[in-house]
Amino acid sequence: MNHPNKEKYMRLQGLIIKEFLQIRRDPSSLGIAFAMPVFLLLLFGYGVSLDAKHVPVGIVLEKISPEARSFSAAFEHSEYFVSIHFANMKLAQQALEARKISAIIRLRSNFNRQLYSHESAPIQVIVDGVDANTARLISGYIQGTWNQWLIQFAAQRGISLTQPIMLEQRIWYNSAVRSRNFLVPGLIAVIMTLIGALLTALVMAREWERGTLEALIATPVSVTEILLGKLIPYYLLGMGGMLLSIAMAVFLFQVPLLGSLWVLLITGTLFMLVALGMGLVISIAAKNQFVAGQIAIIITFLPAFIMSGFIFDIDSMPPAIQSITYLIAARYFVAILQTVFLAGNVWGIIIPNALALLFMALFFFALALRRMPRRLE
Amino acid sequence: MSHSSAEAIFALELQAVNKQFSSGSRSVNALRSVSLTIDKGAVVGLVGPDGAGKTTLLRLTAGLLLPDTGTITVFGHNCTDQLADVHRLIGYMPQRFGLYEDLSVAENLKLYADLHGVSHSVREQRFQALMSMTGLAAFTERLAGQLSGGMKQKLGLACTLLSQPALLLLDEPSVGVDPVSRRELWSIIEHQVKANDMTVLLSTAYLDEAERCSDVILLDEGHILAHNSPAAFKQSMQGQSYRLSSPSLSNRNLQNKLSGQSDVIDAVIQGDKVRVISANKDLATLPLFNAEFEGIRIEATAPRLEDAFIALLRAQHPLTATQAISPNVKTTTVINDATVIKVEGVDRWFGNFQAVKKLNFSVNRGEIFGLLGANGAGKTTTFRMLCGLLPVSNGQLSVAGVDLSKAAAKARARIGYMSQKFSLYEHLSVLQNLNFFSSAYGLRNAQRKNRIQWALQQFELEAEKNTNSGDLPLGYKQRLAMACALMHEPEILFLDEPTSGVDPLARREFWNRTNQLAASGVTVLVTTHFMEEAEYCDRLLIMREGDILTSGTPAEIKQQVRSVDLPEPTMEDAFIQLVEAKIS
Repeated sequence: MNHPNKEKYMRLQGLIIKEFLQIRRDPSSLGIAFAMPVFLLLLFGYGVSLDAKHVPVGIVLEKISPEARSFSAAFEHSEYFVSIHFANMKLAQQALEARKISAIIRLRSNFNRQLYSHESAPIQVIVDGVDANTARLISGYIQGTWNQWLIQFAAQRGISLTQPIMLEQRIWYNSAVRSRNFLVPGLIAVIMTLIGALLTALVMAREWERGTLEALIATPVSVTEILLGKLIPYYLLGMGGMLLSIAMAVFLFQVPLLGSLWVLLITGTLFMLVALGMGLVISIAAKNQFVAGQIAIIITFLPAFIMSGFIFDIDSMPPAIQSITYLIAARYFVAILQTVFLAGNVWGIIIPNALALLFMALFFFALALRRMPRRLE
Repeated sequence: MSHSSAEAIFALELQAVNKQFSSGSRSVNALRSVSLTIDKGAVVGLVGPDGAGKTTLLRLTAGLLLPDTGTITVFGHNCTDQLADVHRLIGYMPQRFGLYEDLSVAENLKLYADLHGVSHSVREQRFQALMSMTGLAAFTERLAGQLSGGMKQKLGLACTLLSQPALLLLDEPSVGVDPVSRRELWSIIEHQVKANDMTVLLSTAYLDEAERCSDVILLDEGHILAHNSPAAFKQSMQGQSYRLSSPSLSNRNLQNKLSGQSDVIDAVIQGDKVRVISANKDLATLPLFNAEFEGIRIEATAPRLEDAFIALLRAQHPLTATQAISPNVKTTTVINDATVIKVEGVDRWFGNFQAVKKLNFSVNRGEIFGLLGANGAGKTTTFRMLCGLLPVSNGQLSVAGVDLSKAAAKARARIGYMSQKFSLYEHLSVLQNLNFFSSAYGLRNAQRKNRIQWALQQFELEAEKNTNSGDLPLGYKQRLAMACALMHEPEILFLDEPTSGVDPLARREFWNRTNQLAASGVTVLVTTHFMEEAEYCDRLLIMREGDILTSGTPAEIKQQVRSVDLPEPTMEDAFIQLVEAKIS
């Protein structure tokens, strides 16, 4: 007779090897584990950008003067804008309505006079406000271009031109202001949710569906061993997905990693455990793959996508929604990811968020262990 | 190593076990105060109609379910609180074998060896012994999902035998498995019992399998109706089993006339005779002596286990009026020589694999035509081509006078098809399923109403008409599936393993209906793994690896294997001999 501990180890090893063999054979789990992360990273790294670049703007010069020409040339040389000249305001408005341009910059006939008299702003800006986010960006960029031109213009002439308000901004933590730099780290949380919760929920439900769990629980295997037999392989797979994402972020998208990799791996482990715990709880409640998949997408993947602060800023959400985000594990991990990547090891942010993850992991594991049936009913 | 604790005498003991299941407002008493003991070394067969509680009893024994009241002990270990000890002693194979289909044969074996803690020192030797015993040695690298039904079953068995369990629990191990594989399964079980001092409890729908057991337990609606040795079951029927033949009546007619008569418990076609179970030992009470049965020949025959099974169950569930009386089916003139199905030189390839090879046969109107063969012989492929669900690679197929390559849809309107899996909408009620299938066949208004009424009455589904079809017992599902296939009154009915896993009582009802359909001129094509059912067919075709092995009437086929050693071969003997002769 074998020593009981040795048998325990043998059973667990058998379950883990089985799980890896199944992952290797099943194209759909390989797809979720590797193809989806790469696809999402490429999509968000290259395709989706929250920056405004090459924005088409219409320029209306009501009276041509060297000053007006110089100002409109500033737009032509900017990478943020593509300028189109219109003879009068009416034509420019038509183009704005047809959404051919996103903003109109109008230099009235009294541009020169107002420029030197310091009375009021000599230019009129009309921005298409349908997409509020982009509108804010565009008006900011126009303001910036105007300020820069003004400084340059004054320096060239050796005169001083004061403006009612002169803004000088410095952006910290993402000094290039590339949206990719905060999207890609946040995406890692989404990818790990996918592997941890969705994949685990699916493979566990598959055991119910195919009747293999019935054969499994009639063997000396314990519930803890069955759970560990699922957790260990998918933990490793999830961490693999995380390392892949970090590597792509740093080497392909040139996202700076200011904090330490160890902090990422340790907090990543905590988040992975939460995701796995959720996946297991879902599969215990829904014993078929279709339902388990639907639930996993609705209660883990979608919230991680839209309510974690990964794309949409939590602070600008309505208060009711903000309070819901506290229930979403991805929120804490996105905060950690963005901090560690862009600001470094800021313990004041990392520690409270990591504690929240730890608490959630313990909660879901206790629930899974309690709810995991030891029998068929 | 001793499996049993000192005081345990029985391998398995159940004391006053009750188990109830409830879903929603319905609750079912799966087991009602069941008490039984099984001796060490016994091979016990669990038989009974669908829903009798066979699977529940096995799951309780495996510790997968908890009894509501009562105790279950395995070699003295209580299944409720000594589950770990029980799991060390048992090997359990669920109905679907519990295999990981995306793992290879060797990987499945290794997994179960790990799970049962089989030490590495004995492992290799057991693998080899089991692989050669099951004939799987050549397939160790193949994925379990790509094995035939018979091979899956043997692999499932090998996985449960790895730990050399003291108590082997098998839930319907031979459903959907051909006779050759079944015979191999039994030789493995019998060898294990002798070599390893194993006790076996298995449920089965095959009474010839139950006959090989040392004890048989007959369950019905959660009660034990009888628990005895097969010999004792048969002894109780002594003098009540007869075989009849009539010079003037065909077997099917004779059977029809006899079934439902008072004092006739059962009448089935067996070879060229009709087997009758009489209600008492005095033959004179049988109503055989009027003019209708002129010249009838009666011979006494040795009772089978099935006779006792039917007699005991009939006492609990008397024949209902619809089952006894021939239903009022539309009778078309039967022109016996009219060929309704003609198959000429048909091939079917799947990639490089030829599933069907140069098939030639024809079926006449009103015939019951059986298609037999081991798993993977090409029966289902042939069926699908005949129904126009799968195009032929080469050759000609005409069904109901329509060339299938030209007008498959036209032919499909005249055929009914009932697939192995029954193809019902599990979340729809019985009535909704009937409604859907009649609308799919284009039945309207009064016609639809009439057919649905006919189906509910004819197939005795009235009481369950609002039940979801997924919640019905297997026998009911089979009836509903057959009703759905008949909604549009097809000329030809295709039945693919209609009775797989269905109990003998329900099978009889099924064949009564099928016979009546044939008598009214419907042509029936059927595949089956029950060899005694092959006897009910007018003509048979046995396939092997896509080829025709032999064809003819049941009597002609059995004639081929008749010898001095085997003067009266059964259909199963014939099947196994013919299939094996071809292999060697």
